[in-house]
Amino acid sequence: MNNIISDETIEYVGILAKLELSEDEKEQAKKDMGSMLDYIDKLNELDTTGIEPMSHVFSVQNVFREDIVTNGDDRENILKNAPAQKDDMFMVPKTFD
Amino acid sequence: MENILSYSAVELGAAIKAGNTTAVEAMEAVLESIGKKEKEINAYVTVDKERALEKAAQTQKKIEQGELTGALAGVPAAIKDNMCTEGLLTTCSSKILENFVPTYTAEAVLNLEKAGAVVIGKTNMDEFAMGSTTETSAYGVTRNPRNLQYVPGGSSGGSAAAVAAEECFFALGSDTGGSIRQPAGFCGVVGMKPTYGTVSRYGLIAYGSSLDQIGPLAKNVADCAAVLEAITSHDEKDSTSVKRDDTEFMSALVDDVKGMRVGIPRDYFGEGLDSEVRTAVLAAADSLKEKGAVIEEFDLSLVEYAIPTYYTIAAAEASSNLERFDGIKYGYRTPDAEGLGLHNMYKKTRSEGFGAEVKRRIMLGSFVLSSGYYDAYYLKALKVKAMIKKAFDDAFKKYDLILGPIAPTTAPKLGESLSDPLKMYLGDIYTISVNLAGLPAISVPCGEDAKGLPIGMQLIADSFQEKKLIRAAYAYEQSRKERA
Amino acid sequence: MAKQYETVIGLEVHVELATKTKIFCGCSTEFGGAPNTHTCPVCTGMPGSLPVLNKQVVNYALAVGLATNCDITQFCKFDRKNYFYPDNPQNYQISQLYLPICRNGHVDIETPEGRKSIGIHEIHMEEDAGKLIHDEWEDCSLVDYNRSGVPLIEIVSEPDMRSADEVIAYLEKLRMIAQYIGASDCKLNEGSMRADVNLSVREMGAREFGTRTEMKNLNSFKAIMHAIEGERERQIELLEAGEKVIQETRRWDDTKEYSYAMRSKEDAQDYRYFPDPDLVPVYISDEWIDEVKKSLPEFREEKMARYKAEFDIPDYDIGIITDSKHMADIFEETVSICNQPKKVSNWLMGETLRLLKEQDMDAEDIRFSPENLAKLIGLVDSKAINSSVAKEVFEAMFENDIDPEKYVDEKGLRTVNDEGALKKTVEEVIANNPQSVEDYRNGKEKAIGFLVGQTMKAMKGKADPAMVNKMLKELL
Repeated sequence: MNNIISDETIEYVGILAKLELSEDEKEQAKKDMGSMLDYIDKLNELDTTGIEPMSHVFSVQNVFREDIVTNGDDRENILKNAPAQKDDMFMVPKTFD
Repeated sequence: MENILSYSAVELGAAIKAGNTTAVEAMEAVLESIGKKEKEINAYVTVDKERALEKAAQTQKKIEQGELTGALAGVPAAIKDNMCTEGLLTTCSSKILENFVPTYTAEAVLNLEKAGAVVIGKTNMDEFAMGSTTETSAYGVTRNPRNLQYVPGGSSGGSAAAVAAEECFFALGSDTGGSIRQPAGFCGVVGMKPTYGTVSRYGLIAYGSSLDQIGPLAKNVADCAAVLEAITSHDEKDSTSVKRDDTEFMSALVDDVKGMRVGIPRDYFGEGLDSEVRTAVLAAADSLKEKGAVIEEFDLSLVEYAIPTYYTIAAAEASSNLERFDGIKYGYRTPDAEGLGLHNMYKKTRSEGFGAEVKRRIMLGSFVLSSGYYDAYYLKALKVKAMIKKAFDDAFKKYDLILGPIAPTTAPKLGESLSDPLKMYLGDIYTISVNLAGLPAISVPCGEDAKGLPIGMQLIADSFQEKKLIRAAYAYEQSRKERA
Repeated sequence: MAKQYETVIGLEVHVELATKTKIFCGCSTEFGGAPNTHTCPVCTGMPGSLPVLNKQVVNYALAVGLATNCDITQFCKFDRKNYFYPDNPQNYQISQLYLPICRNGHVDIETPEGRKSIGIHEIHMEEDAGKLIHDEWEDCSLVDYNRSGVPLIEIVSEPDMRSADEVIAYLEKLRMIAQYIGASDCKLNEGSMRADVNLSVREMGAREFGTRTEMKNLNSFKAIMHAIEGERERQIELLEAGEKVIQETRRWDDTKEYSYAMRSKEDAQDYRYFPDPDLVPVYISDEWIDEVKKSLPEFREEKMARYKAEFDIPDYDIGIITDSKHMADIFEETVSICNQPKKVSNWLMGETLRLLKEQDMDAEDIRFSPENLAKLIGLVDSKAINSSVAKEVFEAMFENDIDPEKYVDEKGLRTVNDEGALKKTVEEVIANNPQSVEDYRNGKEKAIGFLVGQTMKAMKGKADPAMVNKMLKELL
């Protein structure tokens, strides 16, 4: 394997992705990510100099909405699936120290 | 009357229209079939009988009043569980959405309902459409109706199995890297991925937004055309939706391929392709030739780069698309969240809510986008994607269609694939580049292997050329019928 | 001798755009409203929902970019900025990193050393976050997504400012431009204009920049001034003590007048930007740019020059009136109706400013119409009401934009021009105040003032004081 994924990297990516992995899962993740990256490194065989990165396959552009209010009060629906709510707001663990 | 379940969707629609049966009878028959078969097959995550029968009755009334006259009016349909359905549980086969009841319906499903189709329930899938076997579902594996020891393919495995097992008359699936075409091939049904932008993605819970497209899985090509015609629309709620005017796809059901130029990429028939699959697919090419198509081998190039390109792009988009599942607005939330503090709540909720394959792809996607790696991985993949698109553009200057296999093998046995993810990913080699290039493609049954498992042939067309696909697939289907 | 330090400041200014709807959905942007009543699946990040760009956002961003001398990125895109926080329902913010709509602009500010140009690195479009409220009772936070998806532009300056005064002048300049365009009301107290301050210090004459910190949570000019002073001192103290400034984000607490680091292990500041696949690129044609250019208003400098040439009013008044596009509009429209610039200016400079100050309002909040102000001036000119009644009418107009003519009639406030009735009252006042009458006759001129007052009182204010004065003198 050319890509050796360190404990720090897995820890860091876990912070970015908000995933908490068990020790076993971390070991597995290191292995999986390493072998996937080895495989992805195959792309380096290709010379992509001068090629525009293609984020959209078609040249569709300028899709707009007019600035007109179309939505009314949909609060009941919006809160319907909330795991916890209070006073018509979503309840979350406190965010200030 | 003969067994109603053996009708195709279009046949059923015609029978209902003629008054030979009703939407309610059809729904009752389907529900009975589901009752008998689900224990073994597990094609559905959710079936709401009462709701389905009630909607069938309402639809029947509209048909009788002449309000609904389309080909699919009154026909029961199954919907992949990653499309939002108002008031009906929508899980993406994930624990993290175990209790999510959408308050709106996906545009494609709305279009179906407008055409008179009646939703039976929601089909099983690989969690968040990440997988090729429907084994990563949090709600159990789906089994291949053709042989219960085998997977139905994925990620739209529930939809393919439901069609094959006569648990519905047709189904909607979604295809990000082959997720409609491959299970259709494994289950012996017809599946189609339209050109990117043809069917609205509004209400489709995103996996890889630049690759996802909704499409039909059906018993035959005519049904596929009818369903595609019904779900196609230009949707102002989806910025990537394309305005098209050539969408009467049923008009392309013509048994005539004379002069059609069909290219067979040599790269699709190399190492790794099962010999039985090769023989069946090449035989299918011969059938088209007999009907007057011009068949020619060519080098497509870049085939081996499609998978690494795809997994980089899809994982990156998925890592971002799945960030919204955080236990705050909907879905699963870890118990006693309040005491954990915000970030631990996020981590526990997501770690408990997502399965292994989803976590694997989120980790990979977060990594390839992270500081210092974006250019080397993500941007590089977008450049290769441009090259792959160009290779197809060049091919379609010479050919009307590209013909090849759907997958290197027929369906694998249950439990064989997940142990080696990379090997599983390699199974997507023939389907993935189609999504990268935004092209339409169809999977049509073309035989069986020695184990009796279906083999699928894939036809690929240039962007917006679904009619060519439908015509060739229909002609091939007719030639198989003639032979049988 | 102690070392001399120079402060180097760059700003990231967020301006909330004055569109009717949010940037990616048809929800109202109206301020206030019960929690989560201005929300939909898109701005609350429901699964399967998709964004569609509000065209007006591009128009406003373009206008501000052109007014600040920017280059327009004719092919621009939106990117996702990924970070987890509850006020951000998708856990990514749709913003622009790789191809922002405007780049390389500048604005000029006035400083004691003369005119100075402040560079604008870029302007990009993005969505605002929701509001978090701390609930003491449950010891948790509550999220309201009414603000989620409100359009913003972020104006990123070059590190060209050297003092708090320059920062304020720059902000005032941006505010003026945005308000004149109508792109934003730019109210710091309501959060429609917010500034993050990037600050570093270096020894006078040094070429390299020092390490900078970013301060967030600055929502008044006062807080910005304090934060700049405080952070400058803190960094100099660190350097003097031989320590290093750490590049970090700090939160300014204006009550404690201290900034503190916002670092946490969970806050990796690695936003994994990538082009948003749900949105298509925006192509801005030359024609579109021209159209927006043509629609740009007359900005303050041009307006001031024109007022000077056209109207005979003091420079000071011109400065105040043009400080707000809204006030300048009212001024011009009123003048175009009544053709009395001096009198219009007096109403704006006097009563209007007094009432704004008294009620803690901005000039942007003025509600009365030019038509009504012109009518009021007309009533005074024709002596239909006297000046103290006029003030009373003005207050009512300021509150509720009433029609002064109707108001005066309904309340019976017109000056009594019936000489007989007035004469009768004056005679009564003379009869009832013999002492004052005698004082006046003994040469105490002032006593007549008292008698005028008494008459006005008896007339309930509805008399012309000059006429009363004249009549009193005659009768005495």
